[in-house]
Amino acid sequence: MGILSQPIGVIAEWLRNLLLGWGLSQGLTTVLLYLLGGAVVAILVQTWVIFLIWYERKLIGRIQDRLGPNRVGPYGLLQPFADFIKIMTKEVIVPSGADKPLYFWGPILMDAGVLMLWAVIPLMPMVGMDLNVAALYTIAVGGFATLGILLSGWSSNNKFALVSAIRTVAQMVSYEVPTVLALLIPVLLAGTMSLHGIVAAQHVWYIVFAPLAFLIYFVASVAENGRSPFDLMEAESEIVAGFHIEYSGMVFAIFYVADFLHAFTIGALAAVLFLGGWRGPGAESFPLLGFVYLWIKAFAVYFVGVWVRGTVPRVRVDQLMNFSWKFLTPLALILLVLTAVLDHFVFGLGAWTRALSHLLMNIVVAVAVLRYLEHHEKVRASRRPMVAQPGQYPVARPPRPTVAENPTEAAS
Amino acid sequence: MTAMQIIFLLTAVVTLVSALRVVTTPNMIHAALWLVTTLVGVAVLYVLLSASFLAVAQVVIYVGAIAILMMFVIMLTRREMRDRGPQTGKQWPWAAVLAVLLFGGLVWMVQSVGLAAAPVGEVPQTAIADLGKALVSPNGFVIPFEVASVLLLAALIGAVYVAWTRRHS
Repeated sequence: MGILSQPIGVIAEWLRNLLLGWGLSQGLTTVLLYLLGGAVVAILVQTWVIFLIWYERKLIGRIQDRLGPNRVGPYGLLQPFADFIKIMTKEVIVPSGADKPLYFWGPILMDAGVLMLWAVIPLMPMVGMDLNVAALYTIAVGGFATLGILLSGWSSNNKFALVSAIRTVAQMVSYEVPTVLALLIPVLLAGTMSLHGIVAAQHVWYIVFAPLAFLIYFVASVAENGRSPFDLMEAESEIVAGFHIEYSGMVFAIFYVADFLHAFTIGALAAVLFLGGWRGPGAESFPLLGFVYLWIKAFAVYFVGVWVRGTVPRVRVDQLMNFSWKFLTPLALILLVLTAVLDHFVFGLGAWTRALSHLLMNIVVAVAVLRYLEHHEKVRASRRPMVAQPGQYPVARPPRPTVAENPTEAAS
Repeated sequence: MTAMQIIFLLTAVVTLVSALRVVTTPNMIHAALWLVTTLVGVAVLYVLLSASFLAVAQVVIYVGAIAILMMFVIMLTRREMRDRGPQTGKQWPWAAVLAVLLFGGLVWMVQSVGLAAAPVGEVPQTAIADLGKALVSPNGFVIPFEVASVLLLAALIGAVYVAWTRRHS
């Protein structure tokens, strides 16, 4: 077992022997090693956020025809550190009437909900918990983040924060449905819920098998993260800043880190489920190479997320809900049934035959859906009244004051 | 005492204390959150028993769905988040007696069956696959499974019907 073929395994073995040499019991050593592994992963990914913050600000700047951060350090690379020092020196102000314990539990739960996802992501061959229900676990820990948002919104004692929290939770609960359904397709194709198993089964990447499922997963995940175009929770013009309006200093920074980390975690999960995870040339003999591949793939998905964020305007709340319940969810359900039926017939054939038949099915479904949407839009446009009626969305125009009701105005 | 026993004891204490806090705290939101802590504690107990699927399902259903639903209901229906009156009703001694009797009965039952002395078996890796097959196989639980599905579908349709606003009335 060399350091190159089993880098983490060798270090863990060395530590285990060291701890056992100190006279600790077998069980305690295992628990300590798990705790240490968890801490290392959590610290590493949160440190990575420092780079993500710089990168996202730079990229968004370029998309908006600005320079982005360019003052502190070369290419503004040290900007996040300057921000960090600034935010460290800020006072943490707890609003009066706030529910203090819950106020501080909110950001902790939100960050934990994202960090816990990293426990099951296979970073390289043989590294990362091989949980046999990992796919379901990724959904389960999302519940903690939702709870954290609800808590911080409610405990802030601020009506805007509460409105934003309730809005966010409605959005997250709605978009969880298409996420789960899209997640089921790789699970179905691989025949296992273990993320290690899903990566191992991807001789052909699942994005070839199920491009539509990948799209649904990506869009629904971005919506769960609450990023543009689904950033209704932070709509500045309506609810000031969202559920974290009353937070300042380091407590706010936790929200900030959780948000950026979540965006990258979506990339990592999408890479594991649909882009082959750590798979790539030479990854099986040199696991560190596998880690690099996973990181590149995750970064590519993250890049697309930032690109979308910098491009697309915010959707309206009814559009948001309709998109999830009337489009993504039925489409994911149809795809799930079709994939299951098709896979029953092509399962025994070669990997590429299976992949191409699934791809063909996806293309047929995509064309049919686009045709249907086109037709639907035509019908809707022909029925649409010129002026919005009361009870219809958007908010009906108030009736114009008539001359009889408003004699003074008419006279002037 | 092994590490597993220490974790079990800590989890058990947290679960029991938070279960008690559910009924003793006057603040409704706090009660809901203590309930979440209790349910997460139960999930950790499942993990200690190597029942990972049950643990994850527990978190998905109770933390991800039911707890959030309860908090929504509390926030939307109650103007006061705090109970003014006393925390206990008139019949609390009877309830305490019943609870003690139930606990004693359970302990006696576990003792007499000899569950505590039963050997600890390894949970097979294919446990979820077996469970999934049992749910859809005709020799397994396909009828209860389908009945539950139909019931849930009926509830779903009922919810949509109740929430439906008729345009032309």
